[in-house]
Amino acid sequence: MPERNPAERRASFDEVAFGYSADEALAEAMRCLQCKNPTCQQGCPVNIDIRDFIGAIIDGDLPRGVAVLKERNALPAVCGRVCPQEEQCEASCVLAKKGAPVAIGRLERFLGDSDLACELEKRCVPEVAEPSGFRCAVVGSGPAGLACAGELAKLGHRVTIFESLHAPGGVLTYGIPEFRLPKAIVGAEIEMLSSVGVEIVTDTVVGQLTTVPELLAEEGFDAVFVGSGAGLPVFLGIPGENLNGVFSANEFLTRVNLMRAYEFPGKADTPVARGRKVAVVGGGNVAMDSARTALRLGAEEVFLVYRRTEDEMPARKEEVHHAKEEGVEFKMLCSPAEIVGRDGFVTGMVANRMELSEPDESGRRAPVCVLDADFVIDCDTVIVAVGTRPNPLLKAAAPGVELTRRGYVITDDDGATNVPGVFSGGDIVTGSATVILAMGAGKKAARAMDRWLRERGAS
Amino acid sequence: MFRIVHKRQLSDAVFEMGVEAPRIAAKARAGQFLMVRTDENGERIPLTFSDWSAAEGWIRFIFMRVGKTTHALSHLKVGDELADVVGPLGVPTHTEGAGRVAIIGGGVGVAVAYPVARAMCDAGGEVTVIVGARNAELLILEDQLRALPLRELVICTDDGSAGRKGLVTAPLKELCEAGRLDAAFAVGPAIMMKFAAATTREFDVPTTVSLNPIMVDGTGMCGACRVTVGGETKFGCVDGPDFDGHAVDFEELMSRQRIYSDLEREADAEYSQGCQCHL
Repeated sequence: MPERNPAERRASFDEVAFGYSADEALAEAMRCLQCKNPTCQQGCPVNIDIRDFIGAIIDGDLPRGVAVLKERNALPAVCGRVCPQEEQCEASCVLAKKGAPVAIGRLERFLGDSDLACELEKRCVPEVAEPSGFRCAVVGSGPAGLACAGELAKLGHRVTIFESLHAPGGVLTYGIPEFRLPKAIVGAEIEMLSSVGVEIVTDTVVGQLTTVPELLAEEGFDAVFVGSGAGLPVFLGIPGENLNGVFSANEFLTRVNLMRAYEFPGKADTPVARGRKVAVVGGGNVAMDSARTALRLGAEEVFLVYRRTEDEMPARKEEVHHAKEEGVEFKMLCSPAEIVGRDGFVTGMVANRMELSEPDESGRRAPVCVLDADFVIDCDTVIVAVGTRPNPLLKAAAPGVELTRRGYVITDDDGATNVPGVFSGGDIVTGSATVILAMGAGKKAARAMDRWLRERGAS
Repeated sequence: MFRIVHKRQLSDAVFEMGVEAPRIAAKARAGQFLMVRTDENGERIPLTFSDWSAAEGWIRFIFMRVGKTTHALSHLKVGDELADVVGPLGVPTHTEGAGRVAIIGGGVGVAVAYPVARAMCDAGGEVTVIVGARNAELLILEDQLRALPLRELVICTDDGSAGRKGLVTAPLKELCEAGRLDAAFAVGPAIMMKFAAATTREFDVPTTVSLNPIMVDGTGMCGACRVTVGGETKFGCVDGPDFDGHAVDFEELMSRQRIYSDLEREADAEYSQGCQCHL
């Protein structure tokens, strides 16, 4: 798929991947064998009828393709851009064995975009059931919450989403950069929800302003879905981590993506430190996003520091590829030991050299420190992208809900917690995962909530 | 959107603002704070509650004009609207079992000292309030403080233009020396809290401080507000803003507060070019 060239990309927040034109989409769709037994669908976490939507493109019937997509996936324009298709549908495509699977993700994006290009009234809107009389509250407007709300609304329930930030979207808005997922796309997808009657209330921190028990007992809600995400940044716990110039990826990305700090000063009031030499610690998509954002903010050098090798990196292959093209320097088998500074500001990072030994519980070979091989990376900024954990506010938000030792919500397969009427899904249950998994969980929980409400009868 | 229903200028650069926010007012407790955003391009800034009325549905905060956002905020009028007001955030100040407590407020920190003093009085504490300001002009909320059933209100000014001449640490030390204190609560500029805590440490008087690190979201998801307390990293917005004053690394807090000083100056300078308020 055509992309903006790397030299140009380094300085721009515009989207990197141009979408397919209608001709390109048709040409790619025609590569699909329309298998009798489509293995691609088994690779999809939400079982989208991939064969059917590709068939619709072949037939030139885009609205039908969109409708098929939307049966299982509420935000196709988003997922087409951010799903790790190379591990999911495309990995299972029969053509993958011959080297080039059908570009399913790009075709999904093509259809999603074609729908969003229409005016709101003309877009593919699912049929909405008769009003049930039940009210549902959804905590969090990230992918899990949005998918849950959309599904609940379809099933006839009145839904209100409570979002703690001032703009909805969760990680789609604050986490994933503009150049990977334009906020206009996120906005347009969210707009669809209001057309099926979903209300989004921002600036509401459940756990502070209200709680799940209050929503049920005092505010007239009959069931609640908790999709608050796993948003507390994990730090390395090494000396020097609180020096000026060390940021969690969450902070760095939130300043840039949500607060538009790349437009400071003038068009946005939130600053962001524009490091000249930036070290990003981590190997996932968040680390890639941080590194590529740092480049776009004008860094001369951006290093990606990861304690294992590229093969073990959990990031999406396309993001790794783009990061390298744009000039991010990958320092593999490298682990931060200490951050050093002067006058309170970062001047460098001492790193251990690592080597891989026996596999650990994750199944990956464990990195072990090589003695006497430390070295210093010259840098003025360190971005820590080594994962997240649940926000402690969850306990205040949902007292009584059983949590794992590490603070994640315990649910059954359908998303039900131990508290009747309270369901949950997404990163707050699984830990940091993907947008598509969160959406799948939100949708599944919505169906379970619907069954639970109807079995219970009127409140 | 949140409508401004009250505005009062307390001194040249200090303003009191009230906003219609019934849901927040119903839940507000002393020591908690808000995140405020003036408009769509605005940054999110933390401001502590100075007062609220659940019955009338409003909340108030006091701010000093120190940079672009507070500067822009100072230009808004009753009837204007703020884009976002989020709260109540942070853990409320612990007031249960309040005994003989000294509340020390410095500068704009008095905005927090007032509701905390009120809550401590309500909890049955014997409350002494010590407020400090550079000069008489900069003293705020004196009338409101006098209206509380305090044991004593001690006013200190650097130049002696009101009350005692000198720093808040002097009367604080006297109270400690007289063995009259079970606990202390200090809020104000970081350096003031640092010295207040240093004063009480000698006498083993447990001291709570209300920290003011830089914040972005205020809900625990970014870590910008991290502070070191007792050698551990804590988040000012969800673990605080109150912390054990004897365990806080104040030097680190003050260093971290300076990270954007240059950018802040530039932004405010640019904004000031278009405004008339200093003339």
